[in-house]
Amino acid sequence: MLISLLRTYLRPYKGPLSAVIVLQLIQTIASLYLPSLNADIIDKGIAVGDTDYIWSTGKWMLMVSGIQILAAVAAVWFGAKTAMGFGRDLRAGIFHQVGTFSAREVGTFGAPTLITRTTNDVQQVQMLVLMVCTMFISAPIMAIGGIYMALQEDFGLSWLLVVCVPVLVGAIGLIVVRLVPQFRALQVKIDTINQVLREQITGMRVVRAFVREDFETKRFDTANTDLTSTALKVGKLMAMMFPVVMLVFNSSSVAVLWFGAHRIDDGNLQIGGLIAFLSYLMQILLSVMMATFMATMIPRAAVCADRIQEVLQTHSSVVPPASPVTKVLSHATLELNDAAFAYPGATDPVLRDISFTVRPGETTAIIGSTGAGKTTLLGLIPRLFDATNGTVKVDGVDVRQLSPALMATKIGLVPQQPYLFSGTIASNLRYGNPQATDADLWRALRIAQAEDFVKAKPDGLQTPISQGGTNVSGGQRQRLAIARALVRDPEIYLFDDSFSALDLATDARLRAALKPHTKQSAVVIVAQRVSTIKQADQILVLDDGAIIGKGTHEELLQACPTYVEIVESQLTTEEAA
Amino acid sequence: MSATTTSKPPATGGPPEGRPSGPPGGRPGGPMGGMGMPAEKAMNFSGSAKRLFNRLRPDRVGIMSVVVLAVISVALSVIGPKILGHATDLIFNGIIGKQLPFGITKDAAIAGARAAGNNTFADLLTGMDVTPGVGIDFGAFGMVLLIVLALYVAASLFMLLQGLILNHIVQRTVKKLRSDVEDKLNSLPLRYFDSKTRGEVLSRVTNDIDNISQSLQQTLSQLLTSLLTVIGVLVMMFIISPLLAIIGLVTVPLSAVVTAVIAKRSQKLFVAQWKNTGELNGQIEEAFTGHSLVKVFGRQKEVEEVFGQKNEELFKASFGAQFVSGIIMPAMMFIGNLNYVLIAVVGGLRVASGSMTLGDVQAFIQYSRQFTQPLTQLASMANVLQSGVASAERVFDLLDEAELSPEPAIVSSKEVTRGRVEFKHVSFSYNPKTPLIEDLSLVATPGQTVAIVGPTGAGKTTLVNLIMRFYEINGGTITLDGVDTALMARQALRSKIGMVLQDTWLFGGTIRETIAYGNLNATEADIQAAARATFVDRFVHSLPDGYDTVLDDEGTNVSSGEKQLLTIARAFLANPSLLILDEATSSVDTRTEVMVQRAMAALRSDRTSFVIAHRLSTIRDADLILVMDAGKIVEQGTHAELLAAGGAYYELYNSQFLGADVVEAADTISADEAAAPAGPAVPADAAAGAATHT
Repeated sequence: MLISLLRTYLRPYKGPLSAVIVLQLIQTIASLYLPSLNADIIDKGIAVGDTDYIWSTGKWMLMVSGIQILAAVAAVWFGAKTAMGFGRDLRAGIFHQVGTFSAREVGTFGAPTLITRTTNDVQQVQMLVLMVCTMFISAPIMAIGGIYMALQEDFGLSWLLVVCVPVLVGAIGLIVVRLVPQFRALQVKIDTINQVLREQITGMRVVRAFVREDFETKRFDTANTDLTSTALKVGKLMAMMFPVVMLVFNSSSVAVLWFGAHRIDDGNLQIGGLIAFLSYLMQILLSVMMATFMATMIPRAAVCADRIQEVLQTHSSVVPPASPVTKVLSHATLELNDAAFAYPGATDPVLRDISFTVRPGETTAIIGSTGAGKTTLLGLIPRLFDATNGTVKVDGVDVRQLSPALMATKIGLVPQQPYLFSGTIASNLRYGNPQATDADLWRALRIAQAEDFVKAKPDGLQTPISQGGTNVSGGQRQRLAIARALVRDPEIYLFDDSFSALDLATDARLRAALKPHTKQSAVVIVAQRVSTIKQADQILVLDDGAIIGKGTHEELLQACPTYVEIVESQLTTEEAA
Repeated sequence: MSATTTSKPPATGGPPEGRPSGPPGGRPGGPMGGMGMPAEKAMNFSGSAKRLFNRLRPDRVGIMSVVVLAVISVALSVIGPKILGHATDLIFNGIIGKQLPFGITKDAAIAGARAAGNNTFADLLTGMDVTPGVGIDFGAFGMVLLIVLALYVAASLFMLLQGLILNHIVQRTVKKLRSDVEDKLNSLPLRYFDSKTRGEVLSRVTNDIDNISQSLQQTLSQLLTSLLTVIGVLVMMFIISPLLAIIGLVTVPLSAVVTAVIAKRSQKLFVAQWKNTGELNGQIEEAFTGHSLVKVFGRQKEVEEVFGQKNEELFKASFGAQFVSGIIMPAMMFIGNLNYVLIAVVGGLRVASGSMTLGDVQAFIQYSRQFTQPLTQLASMANVLQSGVASAERVFDLLDEAELSPEPAIVSSKEVTRGRVEFKHVSFSYNPKTPLIEDLSLVATPGQTVAIVGPTGAGKTTLVNLIMRFYEINGGTITLDGVDTALMARQALRSKIGMVLQDTWLFGGTIRETIAYGNLNATEADIQAAARATFVDRFVHSLPDGYDTVLDDEGTNVSSGEKQLLTIARAFLANPSLLILDEATSSVDTRTEVMVQRAMAALRSDRTSFVIAHRLSTIRDADLILVMDAGKIVEQGTHAELLAAGGAYYELYNSQFLGADVVEAADTISADEAAAPAGPAVPADAAAGAATHT
């Protein structure tokens, strides 16, 4: 998964990537060449007292070093460009893919995880690419180059490489293998203790009301002790890391000196060569160490890549029409014929055999208990979901044939969770109709019973709205969401339990004001309160995904026992049996 | 569909409730997370740093041993290269010695070289300890290497030991800090939490403490060893050759300047990168959370355009940040090489002139390499330390907050069994400038149901909070069965009161645990009895795991009405003598709603209860109705009395309940209130008009 993701999204960066490889090669060769120049200084300069040679080689060393820095900086340039470009493209790719999703796919994944996948997961993979470009690529070059140079310098000592490198990998590996699961456990335990604190702060009043301070403190202490013991384990392993690495490095250099001295005494090696060999060994060990550390990043990035691929490989269940219908003859009519909806693999459909018609100027209400499928039913109309069976027609055309742009102009939805976007009240109201004038906005606010509180704000229409609309109350948010749909002036209104946060009086006023405005429109209202829907031309009683009653309030009181039960339960609420 | 934002209307009358803020996912982490992170500066760095380190004090012995061990291990590893240099000398001596004829003295060899006109070689020889004709002295050489090896092993061992002790100290300190914060949370007045958003407090007790833990762990050990290494290496360099040491030091300010210049630029770019990341993440959140709106309103194209722009900006900012910060390493490398060449050249000249041995040059080169690394480490540690101290400061701020007033010395221990509540001339305000409750008096006799009604902000929630002593009153007294609540221990008082809040927030855990929260000593039978009495039992049986169903974070597996039933069951199990109920306003599933009503009624029976009432039925059946407005009780009496009085209640009743649905209201009113002003069966439009007029 990681590989195929990288292959796809790094393809446009072949040029910069090759440049990185070439530049890292130059950089590595330069840094490998330096010890050998130093060896020359010792053997041909110092040992024979040739100061001129020392000077000229020194100058040469500086030049090589200059080339090295230039190559390294250029490599960082191309590496950063590749990694950050990769991240940008991948983010855009996921974002676009989610944009094509229907509510079904978004619902299956859940918005929070989609957000994490687009942000954090991409960040992780992008970081890996950056590391690979700036360090990882040079590690094998350095290792191979180092081995080559070391062999050039003295073949007889090369067996030391065979010993030292595995010892280092083994030592680090042993620690890292233990460390990784502990790190994961540590994260879990930090989350646990933070959860306990979050609960205590959020539920502070409950804790104090029930006098459970000691109980909560005990709960916290358990989590704290648990966390500390894992943190101690992690700390212990971390404390081992540096001394162990240092020991391996230092012992290796002692070993090189001991065996190298014998080869010098035998006349097989010069002292400069020995020192050069020593630097090569250090460089090799260093790059092996870095590679080992970086290898630990791979599993994490691979998990992220899998999660990203999952999104990229999911296809929307709602496909835009191949040859969209852009003109319709009728107006504000809605017709569902035996519509059904089921999640793939689910035994029971969410909706089945849904048939009803709404004509211009008519109001259809849908009532039923939680989980009856009311929201899903509304979603079938603007194609948030596609019916898995039967048809949904808007203005006489199957919604699957209708041009999405045309459909968008026809439908105004007020969702159950009245979500507002960050910006201002005005920008939110214009969401569905950017051309609306301020007068249009005020008219919509008046109908939605939101005029007073918007007027009361010092900035009026320009009052800032924070993300999600969290800076206005639930009732205000709901009214703004209603006004937003009104500004759009659509033919078909879909209200999904949009009056629940309003008190009864406001609810009544709003519906009264709405009435003249929707004379030419089709209105579908999902509600819990009988009082909200009593006046509807047609009421659908939904239970467990099917319509079990259809008619006016009076008709249903006669014919539908479930409706009667609902009505009675609400009257009982008022009458307190 | 999108279950992320569950919005509830704010609690009436109470102070604003904060909500957790901050983007989910928080700061972009990753393995390089600490790098280039703009460090927040502490207001009082030295004071807070001192206080943080003072917290390590209880481990004085441990700290001392850590310092001693670090000194020893750094000293040992610093001496290493010097001794290894001696080993190089032995090899070099061996090589030169072998070239000379056997049997002559060193002086003879020097004289011979000069005679041959090779003055440089003669100079070289003068500085060396050569025995002509003899190769490498492996006995001495092996000895030197063994000593070095022993030094290295010892250094590693000491360092390990130091790390382990320090680890214990840090963890113990952080654990103590955590539990101090926990204790503090329990002794802070609710007022504190009102003045801060939930997210802000949470961030202090979670993120900040995590940050302290991490920075202590990272900095303490490295700060110490880096500092000691710098000193040790400097000393060794000067011992070997003051001249070379000065040359080597020349590059230090150079690297400092280069790092500072680059860091300053990259800091700015990193700030831009985080800012853009935050903004882009915000956009992604909006687009995904409001996905269905984007679809229905046909805004896909615009959303992608805006996203594309921000995405490009982020790309530019992060590319800049990564590039500039990526230059530091090559630049340091170059300076290191410059240093290296200078030392090699000057050192080579000195060896050739016989004033220095080759081994010393070799050792010196090693030292100069070791010198820059801890220096850069110190620089980056400064950043980490700064952010750690800033976090510590915020945690200390929390620990310094004023606590609840101490419990009274003479605690009344009279058992409350009846539940008579009396307010005598009570006054209270959240803020001294805006008095809220003034001179309020009321009496609730045992077993009475007291309904509190009034507009938003009238002080209804405040009133019940005062009974719980969530806030301390400014004047007057509140008595429970004749005992001043201020003379009771808070916990004793609260254990006698049951509370059901509109905010149905539940703790994570199983349903059984949730109910048992009301009474930790309850048996399984008690729990089930409470569940049955409050209609919890019915829906629990329909859940696959029954009472062991785990309520998840968002409570998606139970509906909001069922949650309410759970909070009622919890209060039922507590079996309090006094009840405080805050009715929910938003309508839930109709059938659950009936059960909530009945459960509330079951809970109320025979208990004195205060209900912040929104439902007509509760209000009508109450024994006493308190009509509140602007912190005062403007009217009290029964439903019939108050309607007849035609005052504030009458008006409230008309606007709140009557206009809403005339048909329904008329049904219920005509049944028991012939004096009801509205006629029957007025169409909704007209009724709405009437409502606006009143």
